[in-house]
Amino acid sequence: MINKFDAIVVGAGPAGCAAAYVMAKAGLQVLVLERGKYPGAKNMWGGAFYGPVMEELFPNFWNEAPVERSVSRHVISLLTEQESLSVDFRSDRVDKNRGFIVLRAKFDQWMAKKAERAGAIVASGLEADDLLYDQGVVSGVKVGAETFPGNVVILADGANSLLASKAGLRKEYSPYDVKQGVKEVIKLPREVIEERFQLKGTEGSALEFIGSCTRGLPGGGFVYTNRDSLSVGLVVQLATVIENRVKASDLLEDFKKHPVIQGLIKGGESVEYSAHLIPVTGLKVLPLLAKDGILITGDAAGLVLGTGLILEGANFAMASGIAAAETVIKAREKGNYTQATLGHYEELLRKGFVLKELQTFKKAPAFLENKRIYTTYPEMACDMAMKIFENDGTLRKGTFKTLRDSMKGRISMWQLFADALRAKESL
Amino acid sequence: MKVEEKLALNKFEIDREVHITIDESKCQECKLNQCVYACPADCYVFRDQHVTFSYEGCLECGSCRIACDQGAIRWVNPRGGFGICYQYG
Repeated sequence: MINKFDAIVVGAGPAGCAAAYVMAKAGLQVLVLERGKYPGAKNMWGGAFYGPVMEELFPNFWNEAPVERSVSRHVISLLTEQESLSVDFRSDRVDKNRGFIVLRAKFDQWMAKKAERAGAIVASGLEADDLLYDQGVVSGVKVGAETFPGNVVILADGANSLLASKAGLRKEYSPYDVKQGVKEVIKLPREVIEERFQLKGTEGSALEFIGSCTRGLPGGGFVYTNRDSLSVGLVVQLATVIENRVKASDLLEDFKKHPVIQGLIKGGESVEYSAHLIPVTGLKVLPLLAKDGILITGDAAGLVLGTGLILEGANFAMASGIAAAETVIKAREKGNYTQATLGHYEELLRKGFVLKELQTFKKAPAFLENKRIYTTYPEMACDMAMKIFENDGTLRKGTFKTLRDSMKGRISMWQLFADALRAKESL
Repeated sequence: MKVEEKLALNKFEIDREVHITIDESKCQECKLNQCVYACPADCYVFRDQHVTFSYEGCLECGSCRIACDQGAIRWVNPRGGFGICYQYG
């Protein structure tokens, strides 16, 4: 066994595997420690990631990676208890700019194999529970009584990174800083999915729902089509779950019973139930990204973007993993792993799209806490649609008058303008 | 579908070593029982005026750790290889 690694990566998810792959390819001796029985064993998500970074790492990855489907149809729906009003985007252009739907247990194993083939050692079933220090500088990790020395440690241990706070890189999250995701994987025959969602071959659908599915709490529901299963879940802010004394698991049951969702999952059989946290603070609580001998990437660093319309996690994670790897490669050339040298990592992130896009949408997290998005607007929009698309026998009014009628008792014109203005600034 | 039925679908490698410990003396002051609502796996159940706890169905999301404002929950990851093993994810 090597007595000192060039780099030790904690966590074999998208960030950790990308970092390990890039460093191993550059000839560094890399050890990846994964606490799951296998990479992906602890990981879940909604469903899809965007391809550009993956494509850079592994050109034409979709030919060999365990991709379930690529998103050709993206639907966003406003829900009330009995209605839904949707924007349904569909494109038949086949290209790498689409979202790619994957299931993490398979996908993360594939990525870890890639890192392994490039020369990294991926050791699963090992929980790095503490850091090693040499004169106050991080110099490796501990797994129980065993020690693994390394010149630098890259934390890629996810949203719930315990080492991040131990290392003093970030303070503990509050329930306002995280959303809780719960999901069921529901098996359905492939033909049924393709017919129900109007898909051909490897095409897939991403459906998002805002409104009654979270009982008006900030968050939303989703349905992603896998090859022969559906990922059905909800994301909801942890603080509001507690304050309103509801449970995400109950919300998920209600969601599955909504007429729209019921039709989509009919005849399906649940095969797995999962849960995870998503850091949603954006730039508000950016951790210290590097200290002497240590870097932090992906979800562990809170590098997640959610605007309601755009959802970026894995793509950002991989990009940050690559930036961390490039930083470590440079540091090794210099033979210096101090915070000053590793600070190059933050520069790379600022130059790249990760911190730029988080900057562009920095007001989104606060905007998305506006409860009207999940209550007033879905109700108002569905009410207006009903007035337009149905006929209750009363005299019809002009469209603008109908809008005013749907607003009545729900929201004032001023409030509507103020929200629209905030939306313009935030999204 | 009940949470316990859902958890029965999952694959767990249950460790004999407990990865979550509760300092019940700190629960005396707690009025909101945040853990009960935060946990998506119903590991915390309010019964007979106090919260009972089991770690076996834990999905390791860490919600309870963040939700508890009494500092009563000591939460570490299960030992390597143990705990939830997602087959799909």
